[in-house]
Amino acid sequence: MEQKKLAIIATKGSLDWAYPPFILASTASALGYETEIFFTFYGLQLLKKDLSLEVTPLGNPGMPMPMGMDKWFPVALTALPGMQSMMTYMMKKKMAAKGVAGLEELRELCQEAEVRLIACQMTVDLFDMKPADFIDGIEYAGAARFFEFAGESDICLYI
Amino acid sequence: MADFDQELDASGLNCPLPILRAKKALSGLESGQVLHIIATDPGSVKDFEAFAKQTGNELTESREEGGKFHFLIKKA
Repeated sequence: MEQKKLAIIATKGSLDWAYPPFILASTASALGYETEIFFTFYGLQLLKKDLSLEVTPLGNPGMPMPMGMDKWFPVALTALPGMQSMMTYMMKKKMAAKGVAGLEELRELCQEAEVRLIACQMTVDLFDMKPADFIDGIEYAGAARFFEFAGESDICLYI
Repeated sequence: MADFDQELDASGLNCPLPILRAKKALSGLESGQVLHIIATDPGSVKDFEAFAKQTGNELTESREEGGKFHFLIKKA
């Protein structure tokens, strides 16, 4: 049986949205898929050595909040200073309590499983990001490089 | 519970960790050897069925006992 291929584009750089690319890529590898993730724009935050990602309740009506706050807490007040770091703290605490893997761990598992991680060169230049801030073992390339693999993939996801 | 060659306790771990740990443990086994996995994630029941189906390793047992899920996977 020919090896299946999964191609993912990761575009978001918040704590919550960091999970799907790494969960799907690591699981696909365990199932025998050859997998690549192309990180572009805010998705590049997921390749930083220091993952200081946050989650925001602002403009996110689907996000469950403590004490049912998502149902009664005024939306405007979710913009108050400190709300984002408080929600990030609570989300991390909840994830740890529920046995959800840490992002660093999932990312390492992806690398161990030889998931290829590709940083969008254009975005790196655009935001003056430093390769020294990124983890080792990643590739820097452009859109054509993505299609080289994605064109032959069985599953292609934009996250 | 039938015989097994190695045990993996994935209790308390959530998706996709039980599958990832099982995959890693299986890679250290010989063909025909059996891995016993213990998990608490209810999603793991369907996940191990899907894992076995897609990897060719055989799920020879799947049962719940005392709030925990037990799986036996025979390496292909």
